[in-house]
Amino acid sequence: MSTIQGNLPEPGVSDGFELAETEKTEKGQSQGRIIFRRFLKNKVAVAALIVYVAVLVFSISAIGLGPIHGWWHYTYTQLNPQVNQGAPTLQLWPFSLGEHPFGQDRIGKDYFALTMRGIQNSVLVMVVLGVVATVIGVIVGAIAGYFRGWVDAVLMRITDIFIVIPALVIGAIVGRTAGGLGALGLAVLLAFVSWMVIARLVRSEFLALREREFVEAARVAGASDARIIFRHILPNAIGVVIVASTLLIAAAILLETAISYLGFGIKPPDSSLGLLISQNQSAFTTRPWLFWWPAFFIVLLALCVNFVGDGLREAFDPRQQRFSLKRTREPEPTEEEAAQAQAAVAAAEPPVSGGASTGSGDGSPGSGTGAR
Amino acid sequence: MVSYIARRIGVSILVFIAASFIMYVLAANSGDPLQDLEGSNSPNKQALIEARIHTQHLDLPAPVRWLLWLGGVARCVVPVGGGCDLGTTFQNQAVTQLLPQATLATIQLVTLAFVLAVVLGVALGIITALRAFSGFDYSITLVSFFLFSLPSFLIAVLLKSFIALGYNNFLADPTLSPLALAVWGIVVGLVVQLVAGGNFRKRVITFLIAGAVTALILWYMSVTQWFIKPSLGPVVVIIFCAAIAYGVVALLAGTRNRKAWITGGITAAIAIACYFGLQWLLNMSSFGTLIILAVVAIGVGLLVGFFVGGYDRGLMMRIGALTAFLTSGVVVLDRLMRSWPAYMDLTNDRPLATVGAGTPGLNGDVWITGLDTFTHFLLPTMSLLLISFAGYTRYSRSGMLEVLNQDYVRTARAKGLPERTVIVRHAFRNMLIPITTLVATDMGALLGGAVITEYIFSISGMGQLFIAGLFRTDVNPIMGYFIVVAITAITFNFLADLTYSALDPRVRVR
Repeated sequence: MSTIQGNLPEPGVSDGFELAETEKTEKGQSQGRIIFRRFLKNKVAVAALIVYVAVLVFSISAIGLGPIHGWWHYTYTQLNPQVNQGAPTLQLWPFSLGEHPFGQDRIGKDYFALTMRGIQNSVLVMVVLGVVATVIGVIVGAIAGYFRGWVDAVLMRITDIFIVIPALVIGAIVGRTAGGLGALGLAVLLAFVSWMVIARLVRSEFLALREREFVEAARVAGASDARIIFRHILPNAIGVVIVASTLLIAAAILLETAISYLGFGIKPPDSSLGLLISQNQSAFTTRPWLFWWPAFFIVLLALCVNFVGDGLREAFDPRQQRFSLKRTREPEPTEEEAAQAQAAVAAAEPPVSGGASTGSGDGSPGSGTGAR
Repeated sequence: MVSYIARRIGVSILVFIAASFIMYVLAANSGDPLQDLEGSNSPNKQALIEARIHTQHLDLPAPVRWLLWLGGVARCVVPVGGGCDLGTTFQNQAVTQLLPQATLATIQLVTLAFVLAVVLGVALGIITALRAFSGFDYSITLVSFFLFSLPSFLIAVLLKSFIALGYNNFLADPTLSPLALAVWGIVVGLVVQLVAGGNFRKRVITFLIAGAVTALILWYMSVTQWFIKPSLGPVVVIIFCAAIAYGVVALLAGTRNRKAWITGGITAAIAIACYFGLQWLLNMSSFGTLIILAVVAIGVGLLVGFFVGGYDRGLMMRIGALTAFLTSGVVVLDRLMRSWPAYMDLTNDRPLATVGAGTPGLNGDVWITGLDTFTHFLLPTMSLLLISFAGYTRYSRSGMLEVLNQDYVRTARAKGLPERTVIVRHAFRNMLIPITTLVATDMGALLGGAVITEYIFSISGMGQLFIAGLFRTDVNPIMGYFIVVAITAITFNFLADLTYSALDPRVRVR
């Protein structure tokens, strides 16, 4: 039993964060810059962001956007003669695309073009929904939190009304009404039923921030309400907003695909990843690729956004990173222990005082043998 | 407090009315309610259209119909003029009759999945928090992100295709090849060494032992045709009961508490004795008697704890009750397993079902129907479980990390409390406060949340009611669904706020 192992090199990113942070702030960097750097340190999040953008660029360049043609020679509406009974012609080694790399659906449409179109639509819904819902949520939450009183009460009751209605339900009704509007219309309408989380978060941030001294100072200096809201308070609440809207975007792709799966969202001949799965799930045993390609891209896109969101959360709020059980207790720093701690910060439970006993920790969740 | 509750209820009613208006108008305008009739070839088409317009008041504009509908709802609360009226569907079924059945089916579906998701999610979250930034933590994080990103329909379709079809095919020839044994052994070994942690040498040893034991057990099960004739048998029942007693004692009291050992031991021994002595009673049981038996078991556990007593009587009684409940669960599980061959005969050797809530026309005792419910609800429950438990893992992990950084946890450690006490008594309880609110809010959203799962597995619950209504633009069942979902959501949000202020005295409701 001896002192704390604080000087042990820890594989966690936490220490790096703290060091970088203090160094950089000494040089006088802006808050945004620090957060950006912290985000860049998170390899998984950066990789996810790159993959996301790459998939988007790939899908746009492949089949083009609107009237512009991409480099792929089929369109998603064109019927083609069946090649190899519609099986995928993609070959990884030696690499060759073949005629229809992702195969063809039952009526001979090129599945690669359909999938790319589905990605475009899904990403469009994600981005538009995310932006519109964030704007609405920020405005409602900011006004409610800043002005308080009856404005707050009215706005929050309106928020409650929208919260009571499940998003999937209203999305399905809206989608059925506006299915003809295409992906853009669907996205905007879905945004009108998904801004509530952000509004609540922004409101609680504003309620706390409006009492701070810098707001008082701005008011004394004669700043208008709008200026205080947008120039003084909002930048301080932006972390919460960005993280919440990233999570909203991740939920958006699942909502869009679910609605399209039920047949209320994007309608054929246009394509959406959820729609493709719904159309082809009965062919799962005979033509599995019709199922796997859209499924793969849904999961890939949602996973990327989730990782980016998690990276952003950590960049804005690195509190949780700093925790280390090692530092809060008194372990036995034998040679073996030290090596162990380096191998994995795992060690769940410390031996109780007295060390050698079987430990009252046995059987409790996570009682580890790692520390012994 | 009373004025707060009164105000809150008043506001909730207003919110409900406004939300129902939006919902009604949207639903009414979402399509053409006469579409199916206009496309039909029946000779009395015109009369049918007239009849539907008449019964559903389709000649009136949607807001007026909403007022009529609201009047019917109001009569549910104030019993004046003919009682509850939520309208009829296009098939002239009263929504008030459809709703209870559908709600029951959904509750049956979501309850187990929800309980399991919370228990597993919170447990896993705590474990990952206790070993934050280890290989285990990263793996669980990766898995939960993956589950986050899976749409529910995708999971459902995959489960149907792989688990149901795959397991049914496997049962036709239930022997595991050496390759399959090796793969399972390696997979389980990898998982166990990840959980156990430690240095490299220890991990290798853990991996080897766990892998070998898994492969051996599976080989034994394969050789003895266990998958067709499953049962636990006396030896395994005894081992399970002992393990449960050990786990409960270690978790709730610590392994150095002698009285706790006595309580757990006596209770487990009684359960084992019941296993040998009470089979005749189980054979003739119905669902009701099983519940009575469970209550009796808990009572026996409490009694044992009471008589062992000591300075910490309450704790002993809790240990006794929990041990009794879990060990009697093992005994029931064993009995349930032994009905499996009979059940397989009834389902033509393809027991796992992919649609519906039960085999139509099935006759059998409580064990057969129990198995039938199990095979039908296994896949939907799994798919609901998989998508929801990842969230709880994340929340409880970050909650636990935050609590472990608090000063009172450091104080608890500093005054020399055993680590078990610090984690279970000080950290765990405080971590549960935000989780409780989350659970209450989620419970409100639960009834409406299984729409897709019900649709895919053809379980005629609330989601089906809603979707079927939506396909036909049949507003009344949609609104029936809405009433249940909205009322549960409002109620549970209210309860969430109340529990929060009850659990955390720093939070005051105004």
